[in-house]
Amino acid sequence: MTVTNPNALALVQGHAMPTQNRDGGVAAPVIHTAVPQGHGVVETRDFKIRARDVNVFYGDKQALFDVALDIPAKSVTAFIGPSGCGKSTFLRCINRMNDTIPSARVQGAIEIDGADVNAKSVDPVVLRSRVGMVFQKPNPFPKTIFENVAYGPKIHGIATRKDELEAIVESSLKKAGLWNEVADRLHQPGTGLSGGQQQRLVIARAIAVSPEVILMDEPCSALDPIATAKIEELIDELRSQFCIVIVTHSMAQAARVSQKTAFFHLGKLVESGPTEEMFTNPRDSRTQDYITGRFG
Amino acid sequence: MLTWLSLLFLALFALAAFLLGRGRALKAAGGASVRLHSLPNYYGAYAALWAGAPAALLLLLGAVFGGRLEEAVLQAERPAAVSALTPDRQDVFFSDARAIAAKEAPSEVAYEGELKTALDAKVAESRKITAIVRYSTIGLASLVALIGVLLALPRVGLEFRARNRVEGWINGLLIACSVAAVLTTLGIVLSLVWESWRFFQSVNPLSFLFGTEWSPQIAMRADQVASSGAFGAVPLFAGTFLIMLIAMLVAAPVGLYSAIYLSEYASRGMRSTIKPLLEILAGVPTVVYGFFAALTVGPLFRAGFNAIGAVLIGGPLDGVGQYLMEVQNQMALVAGVVMGIMLIPFVSSLSDDIINAVPQSLRDGSYAMGATKSETVKRVILPAALPGIMAAMLLAVSRAVGETMIVTMAAGLQAKLTVNPLDTVTTVTVQIVTLLTGDQEFDSPKTLSAFGLGLTLFVVTLALNIIALRIVQKYREQYD
Ligand SMILES: Nc1ncnc2c1ncn2[C@@H]1O[C@H](COP(=O)(O)OP(=O)(O)OP(=O)(O)O)[C@@H](O)[C@H]1O
Ligand SMILES: [Mg+2]
Repeated sequence: MTVTNPNALALVQGHAMPTQNRDGGVAAPVIHTAVPQGHGVVETRDFKIRARDVNVFYGDKQALFDVALDIPAKSVTAFIGPSGCGKSTFLRCINRMNDTIPSARVQGAIEIDGADVNAKSVDPVVLRSRVGMVFQKPNPFPKTIFENVAYGPKIHGIATRKDELEAIVESSLKKAGLWNEVADRLHQPGTGLSGGQQQRLVIARAIAVSPEVILMDEPCSALDPIATAKIEELIDELRSQFCIVIVTHSMAQAARVSQKTAFFHLGKLVESGPTEEMFTNPRDSRTQDYITGRFG
Repeated sequence: MLTWLSLLFLALFALAAFLLGRGRALKAAGGASVRLHSLPNYYGAYAALWAGAPAALLLLLGAVFGGRLEEAVLQAERPAAVSALTPDRQDVFFSDARAIAAKEAPSEVAYEGELKTALDAKVAESRKITAIVRYSTIGLASLVALIGVLLALPRVGLEFRARNRVEGWINGLLIACSVAAVLTTLGIVLSLVWESWRFFQSVNPLSFLFGTEWSPQIAMRADQVASSGAFGAVPLFAGTFLIMLIAMLVAAPVGLYSAIYLSEYASRGMRSTIKPLLEILAGVPTVVYGFFAALTVGPLFRAGFNAIGAVLIGGPLDGVGQYLMEVQNQMALVAGVVMGIMLIPFVSSLSDDIINAVPQSLRDGSYAMGATKSETVKRVILPAALPGIMAAMLLAVSRAVGETMIVTMAAGLQAKLTVNPLDTVTTVTVQIVTLLTGDQEFDSPKTLSAFGLGLTLFVVTLALNIIALRIVQKYREQYD
């Protein structure tokens, strides 16, 4: 049995899949680990995030239809798809940022480590401290670089003493690859940095609270190729510690940084699977068209 | 009446010129208006402008200055009987002559003999001059209108850039309007400076700015030269400051919190109900706040303090009790509180705009870090909006400083140098009003001091506004 024949996989698993994604519908991670991943890039033993039957509405308008997706831990998953297909919407479901949009309504189950994020008992504030987010446009607070990174640790009471905070700020900035550039100006405004530096600053801000998952919504769309390369390098390094989900419009970027790719189209998850395979041998003709640039 | 009629005729004439110009342009294009440089209406407008505008201007000038001209000519030559009168009576004589000529009610002065003849002659003369001025204006205007059309029409042709010309006219009109506004402001400032300068000739500016006694009435007595001690403006500025402080203590927190509630917490429905209500509050005339202060809040506060005083009397705080028993309706506290209420919608709607201008991405960034709403407000939104909020507060302060009506009605008129909010105080604006209302001669230091106060107040509020605008500008740049 090979991954290039996902129907066989479906047969083995013994139940119909809600969508055509290759690992969607896998009931137990155990079964999946038994499935050879072909090139062995996805080496994870289990999935960090599991989504089933996710439907999202903005008012009367449905933006996502029955999305089911598993996102592996300690690796990078890329969301691709034409504009308006619901990538950001799905990303915001994971840390419940859709709660801040009054008209948005989310149905279905999204589990992180087996716990439903939409359960009544889950406090979105706590959830978001576990699931960090980096936005398309860098949005540093109009505070100093230090205060930007220390924001999360302060509000969550992770560190209160000055030396603890300083240690966290330093290690986060180092992880984000920004330390060398800002070490001597920590107390200058974060808004004074360049776009690429700002984006790394907000990444540092996100990892300062040691989240388990980092969601990135087109983190490089406002950056030049050099800054982009730096962020990609950073993502690759962060992969060893975090579960990373990245939305991108660049096929090349998805191919470079991600181990798994999910293709969205018109609110539906069309296909998902190991990145290399998606790009070399897509199952669905729509995926094929999109990655070869025929539409979208 | 005649002026209106001629303006009506002029309008009809301009309309005719419009049709002529338009028709001529269309004819030149052979009916195909695309061949014209501009739309046909522009050619019409061009002709109409030349026909109407200069003539209308002339008519208006005639209406405004015709009376002056007539008066000057009338008074140029004075019969002996009139010259013998005192200057005051001469003025009455001429105004009576003009009133009779215009068929208006003259004064009750009786004219006899030689004076009566002179009056009749002047009445006839006045009528004659008025008629000459009027008809020559109309004649001149007709001529100008005719010349305008004759000049404009021949130019209308295929290549003529009528649109650019008309836009030039409109441009000129816009410039004239803005220049008028600027000139008016400049004129006000200059007259303020000029009159203040006259005032500072009789009163030392230093003793005005730093003197602690204000009683302009002393200078009223003819035998007494204005003593510099009586024009110390410090009590007035202290009163202004005290009331402003009380007002801001009410308006700043309430306005700011309501802005935070409106922009961050209120549901859409709540917001759409509360905002218009606040705007109604902002639309209440200050005189209404004034009698609200004088008739409702004042007596209420007084009753309250008197009741407290009644309890305290005889106890260890007997002195305080005695004092509270004597509190009057008019006090700084009442004026300040009511002024604060007046400023709430002002502060709230300005702050609301500023808080809304904080980019949504900052809120998202904070929420995505797991911050609660109140943490986001406290740690991200307010710090980001702080410069703008400061500017809003400064604008509110300058409004509080300039406010007159509430203080006149609720704080009293006595200039006292005190920080006691239960005392009556007075403010700069109130003093200006009391100094200038009623029949006054504008050459005594008493009335002139109003200009000194006005100038000082103007400088203070101008400085506040400039600082506020600077802060707002700086803060705008931050997000771009
Ligand atoms: N706040 C909102 N209110 C109403 N509709 C929304 C809102 N946000 C998104 N939508 C709609 O939901 C659909 C999915 O939007 P989404 O932002 O998830 O797309 P996307 O895949 O991220 O697109 P892009 O690549 O352009 O960022 C779109 O049709 C969009 O118009
Ligand atoms: Mg998006």
